[in-house]
Amino acid sequence: MKLIVVFVSGVIFAAGLVLGGMTDPRKVQAFLDVGGIGAGRWDPSLAFVMGGALAVAAIAFAVQPRRAKPWFAERFELPAVRHIDAALIGGAALFGIGWGLAGYCPGPAVASVTTGGLDIALFLPAMLVGMVLTKRFLNRR
Amino acid sequence: MHPYLQSLLGGVLIGAATWLLLAAIGRVAGISGIVTSAFTEREGRDWRWAFVAGLVVGGALFVWLLNAVALAPRTPGLLIAAGLLVGVGTTLGSGCTSGHGVCGLCRASTRSLAATLTFMGAGAITVALLRAVGGLA
Repeated sequence: MKLIVVFVSGVIFAAGLVLGGMTDPRKVQAFLDVGGIGAGRWDPSLAFVMGGALAVAAIAFAVQPRRAKPWFAERFELPAVRHIDAALIGGAALFGIGWGLAGYCPGPAVASVTTGGLDIALFLPAMLVGMVLTKRFLNRR
Repeated sequence: MHPYLQSLLGGVLIGAATWLLLAAIGRVAGISGIVTSAFTEREGRDWRWAFVAGLVVGGALFVWLLNAVALAPRTPGLLIAAGLLVGVGTTLGSGCTSGHGVCGLCRASTRSLAATLTFMGAGAITVALLRAVGGLA
């Protein structure tokens, strides 16, 4: 039952990504193209995606962790790290450059695996290699 | 449907999925972390792969239902470089648009706010440079 509910969560997440336009790399780049605000070609759609997601998730994180425990786990396991360091900022900067170059962040890249054609056939394996190698490197230190 | 309304609805669904995962197993829906750990962690492989499977099936289903195939032909080198940057960057920076941009901001994490402003800023600068060299698809 646990795995079915988690699977359904993944399906709903992907539905939101597709409906919101996050799986369209040109739409993502049009959102990041803030230089186009003056020229009238800026597409603010993804701000609406983020706004909708934040509104609902804010309620979720306000009410849910007050429960004794999740339905299928013994406790809530939320990130506890709070400090800002060079790895965080450097990593986020590298991610932002890659996101701007291709218009894909990790969720939409995975959700597009069957529909993204050659774009995703090149982008996704490179992303996975980058993730796994970096994680191995970090674990070894 | 107005495109902004459609985007807002998409966001609401992402928020709902985040809520469901939190209620079910008490975890944040940070996609880069879930995907990376699906390969590298022994513990919790089952739920991580179940979530990834849901993303793949949901993506296929809704792209088909909404007729939303979106391809933007780019050079292979650019796509591979971008993929590596996203993979290395999200792992080094402990999160992506979902983990920092949605879950972290909701939890009032200044760490996630710093990461979100950084990747949004870097993305905007990159797109501006791409536009300057005529590289936008």
